[in-house]
Amino acid sequence: MAVAQKNSSADDNKPAPAAKLADFSKEQELSAYETMLTIRRFEEKAGQMYGMGLIGGFCHLYIGQEAVVVGMQMVLKKGDQVITGYRDHGHMLACGMDPKGVMAELTGRAQGYSKGKGGSMHMFSVEKGFYGGHGIVGAQVPLGTGLAFANVYRGNDNLSVTYFGDGAANQGQVYESFNMAELWKLPVIYVIENNRYAMGTSIARASAEVNLSRRGLSFNIPGEQVDGMDVRAVQAAGEKAAAWCRAGKGPYILEMLTYRYRGHSMSDPAKYRTREEVDKVRSTTDPIDMSRARILEKKFANEDALKKIDASVRDLINQAAEFATHDPEPDASELFTDIYR
Amino acid sequence: MPIDILMPALSPTMEKGNLAKWLKKEGDAVKSGDIIAEIETDKATMEVEATDEGTMGKILVPEGTADVAVNTPIATILSDGEDASAAPAKKSEPEKKTDSVAEQQKKAQSAPPAKEGKAEAPAPEEVEKKADKAPAAPAIKTAADFDIPEGTEMVTMTMREALRDAMAEEMRRDGDVFVMGEEVAEYQGAYKVTQGLLQEFGAKRVIDTPITEHGFAGLGVGAALAGLKPIVEFMTFNFAMQAMDQIINSAAKTLYMSGGQMGCSIVFRGPNGAAARVAAQHSQDYSAWYSHIPGLKVIAPSTAADAKGLLKAAIRDPNPIIFLENEILYGHSSPVPKLDDFVLPIGKAKIARAGTDVTIIAWSNGMTYALKAAEELAKEGIEAEVIDLRTLKPMDTETIIASVKKTGRAVTVEEGWAQSGVGAEIATRIMEQAFDYLDAPVARVSGKDVPMPYAANLEKLALPTVAEVVEAAKAVSYK
Repeated sequence: MAVAQKNSSADDNKPAPAAKLADFSKEQELSAYETMLTIRRFEEKAGQMYGMGLIGGFCHLYIGQEAVVVGMQMVLKKGDQVITGYRDHGHMLACGMDPKGVMAELTGRAQGYSKGKGGSMHMFSVEKGFYGGHGIVGAQVPLGTGLAFANVYRGNDNLSVTYFGDGAANQGQVYESFNMAELWKLPVIYVIENNRYAMGTSIARASAEVNLSRRGLSFNIPGEQVDGMDVRAVQAAGEKAAAWCRAGKGPYILEMLTYRYRGHSMSDPAKYRTREEVDKVRSTTDPIDMSRARILEKKFANEDALKKIDASVRDLINQAAEFATHDPEPDASELFTDIYR
Repeated sequence: MPIDILMPALSPTMEKGNLAKWLKKEGDAVKSGDIIAEIETDKATMEVEATDEGTMGKILVPEGTADVAVNTPIATILSDGEDASAAPAKKSEPEKKTDSVAEQQKKAQSAPPAKEGKAEAPAPEEVEKKADKAPAAPAIKTAADFDIPEGTEMVTMTMREALRDAMAEEMRRDGDVFVMGEEVAEYQGAYKVTQGLLQEFGAKRVIDTPITEHGFAGLGVGAALAGLKPIVEFMTFNFAMQAMDQIINSAAKTLYMSGGQMGCSIVFRGPNGAAARVAAQHSQDYSAWYSHIPGLKVIAPSTAADAKGLLKAAIRDPNPIIFLENEILYGHSSPVPKLDDFVLPIGKAKIARAGTDVTIIAWSNGMTYALKAAEELAKEGIEAEVIDLRTLKPMDTETIIASVKKTGRAVTVEEGWAQSGVGAEIATRIMEQAFDYLDAPVARVSGKDVPMPYAANLEKLALPTVAEVVEAAKAVSYK
């Protein structure tokens, strides 16, 4: 069977130019920069510790996608819920979870968020509104829709941000969820993190409709593509979607055009794309570099001040790594706890 | 202080690899994310990215070197202001951060305590020893059965009505309880189990869903993670196959995966097993499937009273519950105590008929065969003790074992298939805990190992019969 091959080059992933973005205030820009940098450094450290054998199993790094979760988090308020798949370290840190506890979970230690029983893909924080950390592609989508259902049931104006990737966008349960969410006007923002590759399969090779923001059309769910490499664009789109949800108009889809610099997981040699493609994204649209440039340009901070931020972030991550390597493994008696309440 | 770049592991199983190529040379500026080298294993070639910024110091392992052990320092990175000559030769003695897990644990052991709070790692040997042997599973404590006060008025009702009353009572008691499923509201339930609930509680709490089992099961679990207490009705458990991933992976495992932080209080209920003449896809018994899963509790009552008392308990339970009803039993009437709060303990079996000669263990519609068989056997002078398990997980092994110790003989009855079935599990437990008391091998009566046929005669043949139970009981009694 002849299949017309669509090319997925770096340029295909650019959204239509949005209206000129409102600039961040000094506080917003600095705070976004620091959180994105924290995620980047955390993930680099995790990759390093994986290489040292301190982290086992699967480890999916978020490097390159930081602007998505940081921009979205800026529009949330207390009581809003966040849920995602297994590329989840960035989401936890953005939600305000302690890097020590996250890193200690990666190393499978007693003081990890899940006492070492969940690992990289399964962490939760009721306190921070983070509902996991789910390992089955797409399964978090009905769950996140259920979180939104609970908000309606309770009559509050909170919303659920349900993240999933371009790969999960082809799972049937996503559309079952879209249907119920629109039918019952549930306050959920579906954030599709389109990083162009579902493991090793490019979006063009897996999706009949590559514009994922259109995936809600037959359910009447509005959607838009967003430059997921620009934290300001993410935040602006997030504000719009959140206002829609909080006004009781139902769900909203944001397709974040983003990119992961690393392989799908640590053991992925990433032979399905060229080094040039990765380099081009990194050198021209890196969310952290762009934020840094804006900070300097607008004189929100000078090089010295930024160096201080960089050093303090590095310090925070080093402390987390130190904690996670020295925290003991969970006691054997933990084997049989937490199965039932 | 120069920073070591270590030979990374590409996977948890990699021990060594070849250093194929250096892409940076000594003196080059590097920033984190730069590709500095390529390494190879028999499986893949991968790029090594710098995780620190600075200048390439010494290359310690030249390109082309084969079999470089993981965690060997392969180069150094100098931070601002350092020069290569400052880099101490560290080939032989890596820094602390290059330690293997075991070495680090050892260090943590000898390090002054209380640096990071209570953290103190055990010595590696100790870890090894501990890991060798799993601790014993905690003993399951069986709750005492509910004592119905003497003189309590008994009301005869169908199991359908008892289930409805249980839901209505719990919904009156707790605003977080709601029921959702296909046709549960306006249609009043495909099997009329939710009759009248919409009228009393309104559309907010009695919710008709689209035909979308995977979706609404997941949505229910999500609502439960947020603290609500959903009752999710499957029109039949055959359709819950569509939702299996959400039931097992999301509902049953989250409490454990979250270290006890987040769990879900949810009841999945609906008719299970064979109805009549609905063929293979609508006639499966899932008792064994669900009772296989840690994190789930599985209930399968056979009387109206048990259905009511156990469904109320299930709704209150903070764990995910599979509540297996039976279409044939929905219309059967039996007495239910008229009490304000009749809640039965989950995990407690019931002696439905006392006897001395053989123990018959059944649940749900299996009890129909078991009790009729006991009557037949009595006519022939064999007094069977019939145990209604009521809960399949956790299983009340104590009651089974006590009875078998008395009778020395046991027969299990189930409509599901024999292989890896609940009967197989019961037989194993009896063998493990009452072997010396057995006078005969445990016998199993089960559904035949075929998809359920449609033809009336074949369907009958596929299911257990009273005659088969009688025959099995006599066989183990050598009569």
